[in-house]
Amino acid sequence: MKGERISIVRIFMYLFCILLAILSILPFFIMIVNATRSTTQIQQHAVSLVPSGYLLNNLKILTGKSFNPIRGFINSMIISAGSTACAVYFSTMTAYALVVYKWKLRQPFFTFILAVMMIPAQVVSIGFYQFMYQIHMTNNFLALILPAIAAPAMVFFMRQFMIPALPIDIINSARIDGSKEFYTFNAIVLPIMKPAIATQAIFSFVSSWNNLFLPLILLTKQEKYTMPIMVSLLKGDIYKTEYGAIYCGLTLTVLPLFIVYFLLSKYIIAGVALGGVKG
Amino acid sequence: MKKQKMVSYAKYGYFFSIPFIVAFLLFTLYPLVFTIIIGFTDMKGLGSSIATSHFLSGDLFKNYIAVINAPSFQIALKNTVGIWIVNFLPQIGLALLLAAWFTDNRKPMKCQGFFKVIFYMPNIITAATVAILFASMFGYPMSPMNDLLKTFGFIKEPVYFMQNKTIARGVVAFIQFWMWYGYTMIIMISGILGINPELYEAAEIDGATNFGKFIYITIPNLRTVLIYMLVNSLIGGLQMFDIPNLLVTKSGPDNATLTTSVFIYNQAFSGSYMFNRASAASMIMFIIISILSAIIFVLMTDPYEAAEAKKLKQVEKEMKRKAKEAKKGVA
Repeated sequence: MKGERISIVRIFMYLFCILLAILSILPFFIMIVNATRSTTQIQQHAVSLVPSGYLLNNLKILTGKSFNPIRGFINSMIISAGSTACAVYFSTMTAYALVVYKWKLRQPFFTFILAVMMIPAQVVSIGFYQFMYQIHMTNNFLALILPAIAAPAMVFFMRQFMIPALPIDIINSARIDGSKEFYTFNAIVLPIMKPAIATQAIFSFVSSWNNLFLPLILLTKQEKYTMPIMVSLLKGDIYKTEYGAIYCGLTLTVLPLFIVYFLLSKYIIAGVALGGVKG
Repeated sequence: MKKQKMVSYAKYGYFFSIPFIVAFLLFTLYPLVFTIIIGFTDMKGLGSSIATSHFLSGDLFKNYIAVINAPSFQIALKNTVGIWIVNFLPQIGLALLLAAWFTDNRKPMKCQGFFKVIFYMPNIITAATVAILFASMFGYPMSPMNDLLKTFGFIKEPVYFMQNKTIARGVVAFIQFWMWYGYTMIIMISGILGINPELYEAAEIDGATNFGKFIYITIPNLRTVLIYMLVNSLIGGLQMFDIPNLLVTKSGPDNATLTTSVFIYNQAFSGSYMFNRASAASMIMFIIISILSAIIFVLMTDPYEAAEAKKLKQVEKEMKRKAKEAKKGVA
């Protein structure tokens, strides 16, 4: 009797999870299938399980207007790679200063980092925009890359990782061997920090890639548009009735993320569990 | 000789912090101060700069008052909080339920890894893409949602979903929920795995049910994680921009999906270029977020632990006092 009841509960649990999984996948599934269907087909039946053969046609309509996926991809790549490199390198460096050296302002500096961790980029965006406007840095990717050097949340994470992972003896023996401090950091500390750097790099890259607010206010020239700005163009009047092309454009922006996610999902899930990502 | 060997490395602590400090001063602190200043000026119009604007004469808080009294700002604040609540409560509930299922190690569920990967997936997809995708899903007159409802006979005529205030808001809340419950679930799982297993073993010996263990062990021990999630999610929710901005054109009927971030964006960058008002609204948001962050810090310190620490201090004081008295007695 009891065994039977428990198995019913378990069947329910699995069914519920499968339902949620379908809910996660279905919108993307419809999107990918519709990307291959013509606008007329979509107008007759917007949901279909069978792909059709209009992918290239849709792509032609899409790129025939203002949507330039290759340009957007390259721009997003430059910004995301640049800001991720800045964020992980300098956050590790700041964490190193906090962990290894005993300086007078060390504790106040750490408290300060904790305090400013919650300042969202959005609430300072007006001042940031005006500042960039004055020094003619709008439409310049550096305005979106360089601020990543100061990433308080990442410094915090790197510090937490470094304290148990970095034995001070290694640094001392490097000093005895005559290694300069900066060289020690680059040649010895960075390799030890590789696992933490990899995790943080994934999240930093994805969040920079997905960012819409700041690029939208800073980048006004069409040739500077990032992928999310390109996507927001799909909402405009020029694509109003081109359903196939819209789904095709959406699919193009999702595809690189899908590839990265399913290759690295193990590390990403483990990274989230560490609390290494800020929501 | 010995003194020469004692090289002080302390100065490198400063050296290695310089890039962070410089970038912070330039790209966060300076813009923050600038935003505060703009909030007290008459700066508006395309291409206006601080050089061409003036501090407000008379009432310095004119922009703040204008923002607070603006009906659209009030609607935006209400919408933001409302959408957040409707998304957060089911999100935390579902995340806790799934986390409890996935951490039951007496009868572990199969395919856990697969489910985790799939549930978390929407979180890494560009929010702008998700917004446009859902706009297409709920489009009018032809869209997958209309098609499905028609096929199953729920409706005869296509529905203009985004012209309905409740549906438009509901879809925004649903997208937030759908994108974030997987994340919340994973955080909850790692929180539950951090709870001392002996607590569960002891409860099992005492004959506790699964539900009892969940209520009396899991929830109280997850307190810190839950508060962290709550405030973090609220701060994130206050900045919600991509989805409400792109799901419906012009924030829908009666500003149904206008949020505070969209309000700020509209004030400053779409048409009116009211940088002064946008700055004042940003600062109001900043104050709200600061208060919330302060609450996190206060609440994160366990009251039990704080009481213990207080007791310990009192005992120490007592001991010191006694030692002093003893000294006096000896003297």
